[in-house]
Amino acid sequence: MVVGLEVHAELLTKSKMFCRCSTRFGDPPNSNVCPVCLGLPGSLPVVNGEAVRLAVIAALTLNCQVNLRSRFARKNYFYPDLPKGYQISQYDEPLAVNGYVMIPGPPPKKIRIRRLHLEEDAGKSLHAGDDITRAAYSLLDFNRCGVPLIEIVSEPDISSPEEARQYLEELRRILEFTGVSDVKMEEGSMRVDSNISLRRAGQDQPGALVELKNLNSFRAVVRALAYERDRQSRILAAGGTVLRETRGWDESLEITVPLRAKETSEDYRYFPDPDLPPLVLSEEWLEKVRREVPPLPEEKREYYVNVLGIPAYDAGILTSSRKLAEFFDECMSEGADPKVASNWILSELLGYMNSCGLGPDAIPTSPEFLVKLVKLIEKGVISGRIAKDILVKMAETGRDPEEIVREEGLQQVTDEAFLQQVIDQVIAENPSAVEGIKKGRSKAIGFLVGQVMKKTGGRANPEIVNIIIKSKLEWIRDA
Amino acid sequence: MNDDALWNMKASALLELMAAGEVSSVEVVEAFLDRISEVEREVGAFLEVMQEEALAQARRIDKLRQSGEYPGLLGGIPVAVKDNICAAGAGCTCGSRMLADWTAPYDATVVRALKEQGAVIIGKTNMDEFAMGSSTENSALGVTRNPWDLRRVPGGSSGGSAAAVAAGEVPLALGSDTGGSVRQPAAFTGVTGLKPTYGRVSRYGLVAFASSLDQIGPLAADVKDLCLLMDVISGFDERDSTSEDRPVPSYSQALSRSTRGLKGGVPKECLTQGVSPGVRRCFERALEMLEELGIDIKEISLPMTRYALDCYYIIAPAEASSNLSRFDGVRYGVRAETESFEKMYMRTRRNFGPEVRRRIMLGTFALSAGYYDAYYLRAAKVRTLIRRDFKRAFEEFDIILSPTAPTSAFLLGERTQDPLSMYMADVLTVPANLAGLPALSVPCGFEEVPGSGGGGEGEMVRRLPVGLQITGRPFDEETVLCAGHAFYQAVAPGVEAELARMRKGLGRASQGSTRCCVQGSG
Ligand SMILES: [Zn+2]
Repeated sequence: MVVGLEVHAELLTKSKMFCRCSTRFGDPPNSNVCPVCLGLPGSLPVVNGEAVRLAVIAALTLNCQVNLRSRFARKNYFYPDLPKGYQISQYDEPLAVNGYVMIPGPPPKKIRIRRLHLEEDAGKSLHAGDDITRAAYSLLDFNRCGVPLIEIVSEPDISSPEEARQYLEELRRILEFTGVSDVKMEEGSMRVDSNISLRRAGQDQPGALVELKNLNSFRAVVRALAYERDRQSRILAAGGTVLRETRGWDESLEITVPLRAKETSEDYRYFPDPDLPPLVLSEEWLEKVRREVPPLPEEKREYYVNVLGIPAYDAGILTSSRKLAEFFDECMSEGADPKVASNWILSELLGYMNSCGLGPDAIPTSPEFLVKLVKLIEKGVISGRIAKDILVKMAETGRDPEEIVREEGLQQVTDEAFLQQVIDQVIAENPSAVEGIKKGRSKAIGFLVGQVMKKTGGRANPEIVNIIIKSKLEWIRDA
Repeated sequence: MNDDALWNMKASALLELMAAGEVSSVEVVEAFLDRISEVEREVGAFLEVMQEEALAQARRIDKLRQSGEYPGLLGGIPVAVKDNICAAGAGCTCGSRMLADWTAPYDATVVRALKEQGAVIIGKTNMDEFAMGSSTENSALGVTRNPWDLRRVPGGSSGGSAAAVAAGEVPLALGSDTGGSVRQPAAFTGVTGLKPTYGRVSRYGLVAFASSLDQIGPLAADVKDLCLLMDVISGFDERDSTSEDRPVPSYSQALSRSTRGLKGGVPKECLTQGVSPGVRRCFERALEMLEELGIDIKEISLPMTRYALDCYYIIAPAEASSNLSRFDGVRYGVRAETESFEKMYMRTRRNFGPEVRRRIMLGTFALSAGYYDAYYLRAAKVRTLIRRDFKRAFEEFDIILSPTAPTSAFLLGERTQDPLSMYMADVLTVPANLAGLPALSVPCGFEEVPGSGGGGEGEMVRRLPVGLQITGRPFDEETVLCAGHAFYQAVAPGVEAELARMRKGLGRASQGSTRCCVQGSG
């Protein structure tokens, strides 16, 4: 099985590829448009430098060779959501070539990347019917039109659905971690097309190429490739020939269906875009970007383990997403103890987030507040138990922990005279526990401490309570 | 009507009068509006006249002047704009049925610059559809006639702008030049026109025909007026990635420079390209006058320019085929309502006229898989060689001289059935577009052609203007304009006397003969 993947990822720029319109997702239809992205007569494209920078970062982290001179070309075809009648892309002079990604396997394998280039996205069509040929009418939203994309084309090095999944996960992790893209397949900011062909045992030449479209999730990629592998091998086993065609993945039926025969490939009449001079990068600029490339997850993970002394498993979770690692890094620069901060993030914060289904890009509090909370425990202002409740309040309301402690009177009680009173009361109310202690059952001490905490609403300083109870009971035992 | 009517004056003179408070901008604009209504029936230069907006802008300028404020370099001067350049709120038809009802929602950078410098946009001028043509006959929206002989074409594609200036309907106008579309009509109508260096003037807001060749250029009665427009429209624009970020000189001030000792080259190829005897005589006389001005003239060779026209007719249609894809009826312009979206495309695009369709097909073919290398790529290589020819020539010469067009204005209908003879009208102008060079057309004399004959108004011969083309180094418009100015000063008395005579003949007694001309031209 020979598979090549074409991945489109939207770049995380504020403005579009060739104009200054916002790239925000989810705005009212046709609100982020201008003469340029609507293709009005007379308008001209101007390259977004930030898009070039992000694409170069992607190219560098994918081990590509960046071309100092590349060119934009026009890909000509007619479709209602393509306002100029051509897409500005790159063709024979792409931004970067010859990269690779390592997938974990087992065994680990190098998947080569043929090219990485910049282009603009098209608008969105909404058909009142199954597709444009059968719809009574279609609606168009041009907010997405002109959003910068990179297209990453792999060599046909992938030989199983599982390898395809690993390659995509690796790409997604790298693009997300370097801040190049938010790679959300459900919002369409990452899209995957696949080529698949089967090679008969003992033959060098792969068979006819089938192109797969409508792969809207990693799961869909894996299932569609597995389905195609089985379909094609059944045809070959029966002595038939696989047709060169484009097929679409039907999510509900879990099958691929033919979209159009691909006997002659469509002629896009590519030619250099005369509106844009060649994209020329200087060596110095490229060096500068190289230095700005954020460390990759594995580099970060090593740093957390070796320098900060965080357990390898915990470091792995912290670096599983860029947002989470960034959150942790900011806690460090706020002066938190690495292990303490890591524990709070992993057990309490992530625990809370999992329970309400929040992803790593929706962390409900700030690093500053989390560090404040940890410091409140260190200074003995609150107990660890109370802190957990405060964290939930912080997450629910986004408030400052100091403010919560102050307003709700949650400060730890360290006043010995007051605690003596409460403890005396507890001892008086629990004669059987006291008896037990007298008989040497030390577990009962914990019970008494618990009772004190209950009476003080958890605010008593447990260490002080412990000491006082012990000293009182010693006196009882001795007596 | 008299010779010192306001509409008969140049922009430079009108600016002086307004600055001195002798006339107001409203008076100037009204004079031109009157002139337009007087001669437009014959000339047909405009597709839209913005009377209300023009008068409102004139009143604003007058108010500024009265309160002692500077109204800008062109404060109160009417300017006509070719109808492929966007001006917010005005139509922008490109001479096409496709955009007959489209109103531009934004200003082209040049239009914004004009407005900022106090110019009064007075109307939008007729043109060959999408600037494809050399006679303005390809306009789907009206006929423009050459004011020198109403039986004849004004040239094209900026025929409306050239005819409007020649007829005294406006002192200044903007055109666009892809293969000669400013210079050739300037030559045909006896006015001056400049194609600036590619990248000197922003193309933002110019509806693209062939993006690597298009350049907006000014038309005016003389070089001095031309410089007024150049001073306003030149310069880098961050909205146009092909505009060049380099300093812009004051062209008006450059005119005082001496031309003595300049070296002028005459390509020996230029007189072999079907040049008429009358044009040749004018050109040879012009060379003598240039020598009298101290310009040193020698023959040179630009061998690759022989292939310029072939090269142009691959590159320009190829780019056009892609540029015109956006006219699909989806978002703006005409839409054919049909049952399927594919039919919508096909039917909508039938609104293109025959010449536009011809070029879209040519260009689509030249870019198709299997033909790309043989056509587009080879043309791109020839283009590089043509550039190299010029580069070598400019190591020795400061300017290159040729006639602007091989003939003077031809008759309406004379070449419409034969596209190749129409294409020949650009043979001397396309090299400057392919090489991206600045090139000026300036009136240099008259060719005598048979008149309308017969009794009454009929005459035995008709004198038609001929243009001299001066091409310069990239971004050296100054030398080109300076030489053009010196030359024009020498021919001005004769040229302007003829111009005044021609203008007098318009709008008054020629109704009868116009009708006769139309019938005569078939
Ligand atoms: Zn936009």
